[in-house]
Amino acid sequence: MLRTLFPFPGGVKPEPHKEASAKAPIASAPLPERLVLPLRQSAGVAPLPVVRVGDRVKKGQVIAAAEQWVSASLHAPTSGKVADIGHYPLAHPSGLAAPAIVIEADGRDEWRERQPLDWQKLAPQAVRQYLQQSGVVGLGGAVFPSHVKLDANAQIEELIINGAECEPYITCDDRLMRECAAEIVSGAALLRDLTGARQTLFAIENNKPEAIRALRGAISEQHEDFIVITLPTRYPAGSLRQLVYALTGKHAPFNVLPTALGVQCFNVATVQSVWRAVAHGEPVVRRVVTVSGNVRAPKNWEAPIGMSMDALLQLSEPLSDTDGLIVGGPMMGLSLPLTDAPITKGSNCLIARSPRLFPPRPPESPCIRCTACAQACPQGLQPFELYWWSRARDFAKAADYALAECVECGCCAYVCPASIPLVHYFRFAKGELAAAAREQKMADSARSRFEFRQFRAEREKAEKAEKLAKAAAAQAAKQAETATTPLATTQDATMKSDPDHA
Amino acid sequence: MTSSPHLRDPNSIPRIMRLVCVALAPGIAIYTALIGPAVLAQICLASVAALFFEAVMLKIRALPVRRFLGDHSALVTAWLIALTFPPLSPWWLTVIGVFFAIVITKHLYGGLGQNPFNPAMIAFAACIIAFPALMSQWPAQGLSLPFEQQLEIIFGFAPRIDALTAATPLDAIKTALKTNADTNIQELLTSQNLYGTFAGRGWEWVTMTYLCGGAFLLAMGVITWHTPFAFIVSMAVISALCWLIDPGRFSDPLFHLFSGGAMLGAFFIATDPVSGCSTPRGRLIFGCGAGLLAYLIRVFGVFPDGIAFAVLIMNICAPLIDRYTQPTVFGRRARGSDAR
Repeated sequence: MLRTLFPFPGGVKPEPHKEASAKAPIASAPLPERLVLPLRQSAGVAPLPVVRVGDRVKKGQVIAAAEQWVSASLHAPTSGKVADIGHYPLAHPSGLAAPAIVIEADGRDEWRERQPLDWQKLAPQAVRQYLQQSGVVGLGGAVFPSHVKLDANAQIEELIINGAECEPYITCDDRLMRECAAEIVSGAALLRDLTGARQTLFAIENNKPEAIRALRGAISEQHEDFIVITLPTRYPAGSLRQLVYALTGKHAPFNVLPTALGVQCFNVATVQSVWRAVAHGEPVVRRVVTVSGNVRAPKNWEAPIGMSMDALLQLSEPLSDTDGLIVGGPMMGLSLPLTDAPITKGSNCLIARSPRLFPPRPPESPCIRCTACAQACPQGLQPFELYWWSRARDFAKAADYALAECVECGCCAYVCPASIPLVHYFRFAKGELAAAAREQKMADSARSRFEFRQFRAEREKAEKAEKLAKAAAAQAAKQAETATTPLATTQDATMKSDPDHA
Repeated sequence: MTSSPHLRDPNSIPRIMRLVCVALAPGIAIYTALIGPAVLAQICLASVAALFFEAVMLKIRALPVRRFLGDHSALVTAWLIALTFPPLSPWWLTVIGVFFAIVITKHLYGGLGQNPFNPAMIAFAACIIAFPALMSQWPAQGLSLPFEQQLEIIFGFAPRIDALTAATPLDAIKTALKTNADTNIQELLTSQNLYGTFAGRGWEWVTMTYLCGGAFLLAMGVITWHTPFAFIVSMAVISALCWLIDPGRFSDPLFHLFSGGAMLGAFFIATDPVSGCSTPRGRLIFGCGAGLLAYLIRVFGVFPDGIAFAVLIMNICAPLIDRYTQPTVFGRRARGSDAR
């Protein structure tokens, strides 16, 4: 079946660098002795620990439970002992420490009891809760809890399974689609039933022919009516808004979720983890991580959550001139020094950096308004204008030029001949705008509190005056009855009704 | 640690400027073949002067001289000045032009990327107002002086003999029409042997090569099609209209497009990203306005050609045009409703 694709504006075509790590099958990383599990593994609220230091845990046992709806539980990736609950550094340039549970492995890797879920007999809400308790979150990098996206009230027309994987170097989804196509298709069928989607579309860039073939095979084997759509390779084809538009022609401003357009989107690895959770009773305790870049053996590793990044990197034998890591893709990922921060559910790729592979950015030149950035922007923005206003600290003007629509994909900074770190400027401007909005909100609420206090004081004053006047009138009436001088009483009442004298 | 993205396209400002120079090279070659090595002498002179002024200004502004000199932007300005000034201009005229472009138009307004006006065109405008006679003297048709003599004229060791110089075909027509209202252009061009295959003799090939250089810039993605396309179309339309009304008094569109600075203007001057428009629709308007004004000025004005003033006038309008032609942001429906 031939479908018309709706081409999104802009985009860039960086060197893919995918072959090296896509060749080898996914390898299982050896179990480390110590696992550090930051509580915050997903967007939303972090789950709360339900184990104590010294507790013995089995693989797959809940160690932190989700207490709110936008949150997902966390599980022990292997059997062992809870060694510590404390603050540990995260994979973030700030090096900030965050609450984490540390597990010392006992080497037995012993599962807790696993039971498949008879999901067809359960109400959709029960399945959603089960997914939350299984710690299923978006594994494409955004780590949004998946059960939240399965809102019963949303009228979903199209379900999109995202296997575009448009960032250079990353091949974990490619390998997963080749090796676990059947599980992905089963998972997609489950999500289709949960969302009630009319149509299920798989989106894959055309540089992954094996993955496309594998998925098409699995779909016809399972007699599903899913359609695999081949996208032209162009970054950021896998970005949510661009993908939804390419496949459905629907697009929305930044503050409207695709759900509102009747579209829901899941990453292929997420879909597989949904299926593992439901069909095998396995919560999310491992994920496939691409290790590539300046290494001797680029490969995809299935690694337990909580494994140290450095330990995983060593498995792929980094070359001697490795001077850092990129966590995520080279277009949107974080650049870090070599770190033993843990792998989390969102870590899809580790790239060993070297000055040869990632030469430092040349110094920033003045913008010559060549508009290369505007031609590359997949959101149709004018980045050079945004840059101009951000640099001038006129953030309101930047907001006027639709700064909020920027998805920080990096296309503009990638093409900029003046080597301006545009995304950096935009993050800064967004931060300043957010701070200003917070301050404004605080000021507004302070003002309304003050105004209400004033109003209340006025009201109380008026009420009091009224009361006093009434009392005075009553008294006056009484006194009139007893025929005393009315003048003195009136004066008295006026004095009393003045709050300053009260 | 650096901010994402961690990859970068190898494109750079020096590369863009080099590509512009490369695109100018064939035109320069043909021009040199037509006029003589004086053209190259002017280019060298302008380049040296431009780099000198640029270096001095960078030094005064306490900017890294080596890095900014290496962006080659001053060279592009210098080359455009050398190609738009008469090739036998005295050396000091060229240097004054370069001074106006680099020091006043560029650096006094904030340097690269900040100038509201096209530096080379300010140079041309300033000099043609200050030295109208010198700026209108072009080597007479078919004149081939030896290189030494050309150099002597440029550097003032030889007298400037009026017989050596003449007006351009464009200017010749205008002067003739002014002095004698009955002049018929077709007869004039044929009688004075000014007409080549489709435009001014000799000049047509120079401008044709500029067109090819422009096509190269388009193919390399240095410029977009909007400005040159709109420039050429608008000039063709207005000249065709006038020509259809009175072919005796107005030259045909081909003659206009391939005479004077039209092609240079369309592809190399009106496309200046800094002083031009930046939105696609804005560039169409900019090109349209520049083509139209250039025609009106060169035909009805007092100057031999109108490109410089046309581009400068459009430069003034560029920020306003940009403001009202902002493209639709992806995902937002109405044009200009919530995003300007």
